[in-house]
Order: sequence, then C-alpha cells, then structure tokens
Amino acid sequence: MVRVSLFVTCVVDQVFPNVGMAMAKVLEAAGCEVEFREAQTCCAQPAFNSGYRDQARTVAEHFLTTFEGAEYIVVPSGSCCSMISHHFAELLPGDNRVHDLEPRVFEFSQFLTNVLKVEDVGASFDGLVTYHDSCHALRELKIKDGPRKLLQNVRGLRLVEMDTAEECCGFGGTFSVKFPEISGGMVRTKIDAIERTGASTVVSIDSSCLMQIQGALDRARSKIRTMHLAEVLANTLKAAE
Amino acid sequence: MKTPDVTAALGDKKLQLAIYSATARLGERRRETITSDHEELRQYAHDIKKHTLDHLDFYLEQLERNVEARGGKVIWAKDGAEACAFIQNLARKRGVKVIVKSKSMTTEEIHLNEHLEEVGIEAVETDLGEYILQLGGEKPFHIIAPALHKTKEDVSDIFEKHLHSKRETSPEGLTKIARVALREKFLEAGMGITGANFLVADSGAIVLVENEGNARLSSSAPKIHVAVSGIEKVIPRAQDLGVFLKLLARSATGQPLSVYTSFLAGAKREGEPDGPEEFYLVLLDNGRTRLLADESKRQSLYCIRCGACLNHCPVYRKIGGYNYPWVYSGPIGKILTPQFMGIEHDPWLPFASSLCGACGEVCPVKIEIPRILLELRSDKVANDPDRAELWSFKVWAWVMRHPKFYARLAPLALSAAPPVGPVKKWLSQRDLPVPPAKSFRDLWKERSK
Ligand code: SF4
Repeated sequence: MVRVSLFVTCVVDQVFPNVGMAMAKVLEAAGCEVEFREAQTCCAQPAFNSGYRDQARTVAEHFLTTFEGAEYIVVPSGSCCSMISHHFAELLPGDNRVHDLEPRVFEFSQFLTNVLKVEDVGASFDGLVTYHDSCHALRELKIKDGPRKLLQNVRGLRLVEMDTAEECCGFGGTFSVKFPEISGGMVRTKIDAIERTGASTVVSIDSSCLMQIQGALDRARSKIRTMHLAEVLANTLKAAE
Repeated sequence: MKTPDVTAALGDKKLQLAIYSATARLGERRRETITSDHEELRQYAHDIKKHTLDHLDFYLEQLERNVEARGGKVIWAKDGAEACAFIQNLARKRGVKVIVKSKSMTTEEIHLNEHLEEVGIEAVETDLGEYILQLGGEKPFHIIAPALHKTKEDVSDIFEKHLHSKRETSPEGLTKIARVALREKFLEAGMGITGANFLVADSGAIVLVENEGNARLSSSAPKIHVAVSGIEKVIPRAQDLGVFLKLLARSATGQPLSVYTSFLAGAKREGEPDGPEEFYLVLLDNGRTRLLADESKRQSLYCIRCGACLNHCPVYRKIGGYNYPWVYSGPIGKILTPQFMGIEHDPWLPFASSLCGACGEVCPVKIEIPRILLELRSDKVANDPDRAELWSFKVWAWVMRHPKFYARLAPLALSAAPPVGPVKKWLSQRDLPVPPAKSFRDLWKERSK
C-alpha cells in the first residue's frame, strides 16, 4: 500500500478544510494509506516571497523535521508544493534533507496521475466546468494536462476551456494586498474570461487562487462557484472505510 | 513602502483596451512562429550569453581591435554623461546641426536627445513610433513598440498639430505623412545615430534589426555614423547570429525574421560606393560592470530587448509603460532598474509582481526573472527592512514553529482580524471567505476518533 503523508497547507487547514478532507478521501479511495502529521504548519512561502529569508528558513526547517521519514508528501497546492520542491534548496543550500525530500513531494493531481497512474477516480459531477491554471503549478511544476484529464473523466462533467486559462489570477500572496488595485484589475480580467465560457464552476488546484477568484466573483455578484479539484473528485465518491 | 498611484492607468478604459489588444496580438504572433526547436535555441542563446558575459573583457577587446581594423573608432563611456559629451563634441567639431536617429533604448537610457537639444542640435527620431512620441513630447511606452498605446486617431491628432497635416487615420496614410517629413531630415542630417542589437566580436560588425528601413538609412546616408551600445550586446562569432536573429524576431513581433537586418562594418572604404565617412562605436557601461560583478543576477544582462516579457506580463498589461520609474518597463525593467539605480531608488519595484513566471517562460535567452525578483526582494529587506513587517514575520515564524500555538492562534487571527491594513486592502477589491467553524486539523481529529 502506498503511504501518503498529507501536507494540507495553512490556507487549506484554516480556510478551506473541506479541500483537505476531500483530498484524503480521494487518496484513500485510490488505495493509499493516509496520515496527517499534526506538527505541520506552513511551507514558509509568505516570508520567502516577501524577502524575509531568515524567517522563511526557520519555518522550512520546521517542515523538514515534521516530515522526516515520510514516504510521499502530497499537497493540495501547486504553489506550496513548488515552494518545497523548488525553493527550499535556495533557502537551505547543501542541506541533504532537502535533496532527499524533493523527489517525494507531489501536488495532489500530479500524485494521482504520475505516481498512482490514476486518471479516473470514479467521481461524478453535474455541470459545465472551466479550469484555471495556477501559475506555479503550470510553470514551475509543469502541470497542465493532468488535472484536465482527471476532470474529463468525471461522469457528467463537461470541461470548457477559457481563452486565457494560463493568465495569472492576480493573487500573488502579499502582492494582493501590497498592490490591491493591480491585483484587483488582474482578477477582474480573469473572471471576464471565466464568464465568457458560460461555465458554472471554475476549478483549480490552488486554494489561494480560488480565494482570489471567488472573492472577485462574489464582489461582482456572480453565480459562478469555485471548487478545488479535490472537491470535484471527491464528489459522490464513497470514503474507503 | 510607498507604491505608485496606478489608478489613472487602470481606470482609463481606452488605454486598457489599447494595451491589452496590442500585447495580446504580439503574444499571439509569437506563439504562431515558435518552432519545435525553440527550447534548444533558447538554451543555446542562454549559454552563449553566459559564456560571453563570463569573459566579457576578452570579447570587448577583440571587438575593439576588429572595429578599429575596419577603420572605425571605439569610445569607452563610463556613463551617460561621457557618452553624451563625446557625441556633442563630435557634432560641434563637424558642424552638425541635424542628427537622424533610429530607435535605441540605450540612447533613451542616457537621455541623449535632451543633451543634444541643450546644445542646439536637433536630433530627429526616424522610427515611426518614436517619431510620433517625439512630436508629442512623450517617452517610449514599450521597449519595442514605443507608441503601442496610441490609436490611429491619436496619431492623426499629433500629426495635425505638429506637422499641420490633414485628418488621416489609415496606417498607410499616416506612414506617408511621416515619411515625407522625415525624408527632408535624412537629407539635412550630418550625423546618424543608431543603437545596436548585436556587436560581433570576431568581425567587428554592428548588427541592426528593424522593420522600417530607417536604421539602415540613418547609418548610411549621413557622413558620420555613431552607434551607441551597452557593453553587454557583444556576441563572440558571426555564426551565432543565426540563433539570435531568429529568437529576437520571433519573440518580439512573431516574424520569422525581421524585415531588415544590417551588418555594418566600419566606415566606407576606398572603392566602396556608399556608407558613412566616419564610424564611431560608443560602448556604454553606465552601471553594467556593477551588475556583472553579481554572479547570481548577472544574467539580467543577457537581455536582447525583445519585449516578450512585457507582452506576457499581467502587471505591465494593467499599468502600462509609464508607471515604471525608468526607461525599461515591464519585468525586465523591474530587475534592471534596482540593479542600475540601487535598490533604494524604487524599493517597491521588485515587489510589484505576482511572481506568475510568465516572463521567465517566454524570455528567449532564459533569464530567470522571477528568481531575480525574489533575490531583489531579499536584498531590499536586508538593506532596509520595514520594522513593522520584520516584526510580524518574526512573530509569524515563531508561531509556525510552534504548532500548538498555531492551531489556537490562526483561527483567532482569521475570525477577529479587524478590517484595517491588509484586510482593508483585500476588501477594497474583493470579498473574503467566511472562516470555517473547524479547521482541517480539528476535522481530522474528529474523524480519527
Ligand atoms: S528579459 Fe528576455 S523577454 Fe524580456 S525583453 Fe529581455 S530578452 Fe526579451
């Protein structure tokens, strides 16, 4: 049995707990043994991206200690996953633990398609869906087709592409509050593209992007909902008990 | 940290549409010309740039020898003042009153036109976009499409006002008006000034790439040709040009090759029918050697000024070219400006990015712009930390290392955060989600019971 340690990220833990639960459900249904290490907190990205490397380093070290010995670490966020697999090395150059960790950290959809080789989880979902490529998943982790395949195999789900799926939603962590007008302008362009598709749901693999997009949709009084890929895949899927 | 007020640009619907559609068009054309060997070409170009800049002294000396062997003269300018002074003096000595110029961001960087104007020399921009802006008293909005924000109607307005032409809104008609006005200047000019896209060390040639033919004319019609170039534009061999010319044309405008590629080698020699009588190459440092010293950010100098990173930058596409503090806008401006001017000059600049990475993805010479932005942010914090922010990250890091505190404090922080500071800024643009009753860790505990 594949043993998986969840890293649920601070945003999922505190703001979107159902995403974490959904991810666990899908992984268990796919035959994984899932654990959650309670000492986990954050991937250190907020400090790293804001230029506070000393502070980021201590949090990265906490992460390394927490996940020592884990076989696979699965993360419901391309951005946090990339922080660990691509940027920890910049923070802790020459640290063997980082080197050892990198090949074992996966973003959720990537873990399903590349490690478990699963493209159909047996879920069903009724509706027209569009997929937003989150930047770090797309450009740092090279995730593009995997989530789309998983979605296409969901019963009842019809996937429609927006014309600018690869364009940033404007979240960017502290960028969203340091430059609120620019970030707001970016997300409004994004939701225009989403609206043009006629989809009723927009799906992504990063909850932070979805928080930004949902916030703008709500502000515009749109009926479109955002959902994390894990939530769609967990739909009508019975927990493996 | 003070940030610029970008509300005017964001609120200008006409401007937004102009930027968005022009950059989308350039991006679309770029995608259409990309070939299957694109990644290999990028890596090759990156490697050549790396090699050249790692041995820059060698290639610059070789270039100088070869330029002078062909009868040209090389002038080393430490900064803009030296470069401008040389050109002013030369013009004065030769009695030049009118200079024709082709598009060059390097001369924008040193404010050459203003310096020439001060001593009574008329320098006329001959690239159509630059000419429009010069007439209207504006600066380039984009590094390759300087008048990208101008509509045909705007251009007609400018021509009516300054050239007293009739209303004309067809691109062909407008080009014709400019051509007639510029032809006179070409005939009058005693000197032509160009930039340089590439300097070829092994042959001493200057390579100019353009679509209008004005650079070719500026460098060959007047008696004197002065090319102004940053020292980083040198490449070792003529045979490497194939890769660079392809990459530049595809990335910049989505053309297989630009319309005109000129190889200029020195002044006219005996028996040659045309060309300038005197040729000068001004090699400009202006802070470049300082960048060179920084190994991890040195690749900022690989830039071939194609503009692709601007066209794909969601921030540039919102705020346009005039909200950047220096001549270089967009992602490349964000990494060059703090390194040329010092991080204290505009500390907000490297932070004005969502780190989406689109710039690094399209850059034909593979400059890791996002990584450099992150390093610059760290430099800014090391140089001049914001006290309050530093303390909040210290507290944050402590909490993140103490899971029990984190588990208790995080929900409190979320539900009780007052609508000031970051929360207020967030709410200025979008709604916040309702915090859940239970965190994941609570749900997980319940489930495991
Ligand atoms: S940084 Fe790269 S993409 Fe941007 S202008 Fe320079 S060469 Fe082009």
